Amino acid sequence: MAFQEIKLYQVGTFVAGNRLLDPEQRSVQARMGRSNSLTSGHRACQGCGEALGARYVLDAAMRATDGKMIAANSTGCLEVFSTPYPESSWQVPWLHSLFGNGPAVASGMAAALKAQGREDIRVVAQAGDGGTVDIGFGTLSGMFERNDDVLFVCYDNQGYMNTGVQRSGATPPAARTANTKPVGGTTGNVFGQGKNLPQIAMAHEIPYVATATVAELRDLEHKVERAMEFRGARYLHVYVPCPLGWGAAPADTIRLARLVKETGIFPVFEAEHGVVTEVSRIRHQVPVEDYLRPQRRYAHLFGDPPRRDLIDRIQAGADRNIARFGLLDDPDTSDLPGARP
Amino acid sequence: MLEQIEGSQAVARTVGLCRPAVIAAYPISPQTHIVEKLSDLVRTRELEPCEYLMVESEFGALSACIGASAAGARTYTATSSQGLLFMAEALFNASGLGLPLVMTVANRAIGAPINIWNDHSDAMSMRDSGWVQLYAESNQEAVDLHVQAYRLAESLSLPVMVCMDGFVLTHAVEQVDLPGQDEVDRYLPAFVPQQMLDPDDPVTIGAMVGPEAFTEVKYLMHAKQMQALDEIPRLAAEFAEQFGRSSGGLLSAYRLDDADTVVVALGSMLGTLEDVVDSLRDEGVSVGVLGVKCFRPWPRDEIREALSHARRVVVVEKAFAVGAGGIVGQNLRLALQDLPVEVYDVVAGLGGRAVTRASLRRLLDVLLAGGLDPYELHFLDLDTALVQRELERSRHRVRPGPHAENMLRDLGVVGSGPL
Ligand SMILES: Cc1ncc(C[n+]2csc(CCOP(=O)(O)OP(=O)(O)O)c2C)c(N)n1
Ligand code: SF4
Repeated sequence: MAFQEIKLYQVGTFVAGNRLLDPEQRSVQARMGRSNSLTSGHRACQGCGEALGARYVLDAAMRATDGKMIAANSTGCLEVFSTPYPESSWQVPWLHSLFGNGPAVASGMAAALKAQGREDIRVVAQAGDGGTVDIGFGTLSGMFERNDDVLFVCYDNQGYMNTGVQRSGATPPAARTANTKPVGGTTGNVFGQGKNLPQIAMAHEIPYVATATVAELRDLEHKVERAMEFRGARYLHVYVPCPLGWGAAPADTIRLARLVKETGIFPVFEAEHGVVTEVSRIRHQVPVEDYLRPQRRYAHLFGDPPRRDLIDRIQAGADRNIARFGLLDDPDTSDLPGARP
Repeated sequence: MLEQIEGSQAVARTVGLCRPAVIAAYPISPQTHIVEKLSDLVRTRELEPCEYLMVESEFGALSACIGASAAGARTYTATSSQGLLFMAEALFNASGLGLPLVMTVANRAIGAPINIWNDHSDAMSMRDSGWVQLYAESNQEAVDLHVQAYRLAESLSLPVMVCMDGFVLTHAVEQVDLPGQDEVDRYLPAFVPQQMLDPDDPVTIGAMVGPEAFTEVKYLMHAKQMQALDEIPRLAAEFAEQFGRSSGGLLSAYRLDDADTVVVALGSMLGTLEDVVDSLRDEGVSVGVLGVKCFRPWPRDEIREALSHARRVVVVEKAFAVGAGGIVGQNLRLALQDLPVEVYDVVAGLGGRAVTRASLRRLLDVLLAGGLDPYELHFLDLDTALVQRELERSRHRVRPGPHAENMLRDLGVVGSGPL
């Protein structure tokens, strides 16, 4: 498909104006010719991290494949806000799959392309965290196990947003959702291990696994491009705040995505064949409270008296991540994410 | 070429001749031999180019076929029973997206209690899924129907299920005339998708549709099925001309012309019925058999036409709508409304119980003697005494235990006899 000339957007966190960069170094979004895979005018909420993430992911994938790409999409917010007929926002060949079968549909697409000798065309599948870690988990694990040539992208907004903000297997401990309300003496979602899909994906020893957030969009683009260099199953877990579901200000989407990494709650890393190869180090460590406070889904932790016990447990989880992934090691030499050579 | 061959092997080889580019399947008895053979054909490169996906479930199998078909490949899958039910959500998706998939259903009962033997409950439960349903009477027909199914699916861009009785056909070794590759190629041209994911012409397949057009979209699915009523006989005729034998079509008629009493059935039971009818004819009774080869779309007008001279019609079917009655029977009543015909519903052969000539003969004798109530649902060879005992038991005991086990014990099949 043709790349479109589009207006420039100023984006990102610490990323200074792409437009000042040499054209070749510009982000995909900052180039004049980008595919505009997900056009504006869709019906996502203001400040939707998922819409932002999807646009960056698909445009980067389109660029990496020179426009030779087809996409499958599991049911969820992304599908629903982008395709109310006849107003499809997709400029890429796009197929609706069910809620639970996105990975299998994508496997079929990849198999068809292989049989047709069209392996120049690549397959990307995308889903929310519910479609990924819960209902689609079986087909996803199957896709990993067969090492099918698919990039699967999970947009993790930590709940079933499309059906009204219920808990998913990726909902964090203590968070309030529509069915984990802090009522009757309970404290929101229960504490537990949760379902850590990036690590489960790594356990399949697939060629490439990465996590990213919408706060570091260059890094996100870089990971998509990196993923497209591999053949076989690849998994990208993108942290995407959901202002509506989290009770956060639309203007805070990027801030929350940055804080979740800087607290250590969400480790940002890359892994190849089951081994971690890169981690994004924390540059300015902040306590988890800074991240929790702006979100109404955690408001019950900050009542009178505040639930210090729960906040401490969340902090302990973050500290565990920091230790496990070495997120604070050698902070001085850390480079800007995505800008690594 | 004539060969003495197992039904599954014959079907697998024929599917191979149809040149699917992607096969995705999950094993379940009695479908397994079909997909095992196909995996061999792919491994030995007799079938090439073809990708065989070892998926993690039936839901994954059909989903992979959906993706592959949308990406422009001819696809194939096969399943049975619980597997078909596990696919249910994707079945409706495939037809709603208008994808020309072909699937073999090796018909098997649905649990619980678990039972691997043949009846039609699986396919019948999916009768409203928007898939065409063709039923094979013999292994020859099963083979021939697959070739026709691909033509049909691709000419109308809709999914087609070829149903063949599990074990009775899939595991039966008999003589089958297997088509040659040239012949199949002549009948079945290469797949040209009517809609496809193509980077040169990006389309959104499966956008969300609200109340303003959903009815129309669904109506179009119905309209396509109605078109299939014309297409199926046309394809069958073309097949007969090219291959020199007739298979498929909407209906089959056996000694129907002057028949007072007609037995209607699907699948492998038809041969047995024809034998029974022959012996009754020898005794001067005017009976005939109407075989339903295509259950979805429902050939209402053709059936009405075929049965317009009958006085009594008895449907013998291997499935039923629990709590309502016979499924084929209900459809038949719709087709025959206002005609002076009496329709009798008989459920037979559930969970693999043999439908014998003797039982069918007894049934017809009772019917002809006026001993069958047209408003009741009947069960061939139902052990009513056994059922009564169990009903009694559940009335009088607080915790009577699982029905199936109780009844088996009554029969002395397991355990230590009656409780
Ligand atoms: C089999 C099935 N069960 C339930 C649903 C209803 N449903 C649609 S989207 C959705 C939640 C989606 O959550 P997620 O995958 O996290 O995506 P999000 O909307 O949060 O982006 C649910 C439960 C469905 N479509 N299919
Ligand atoms: S509910 Fe959340 S994920 Fe869904 S569109 Fe709104 S912001 Fe995006």
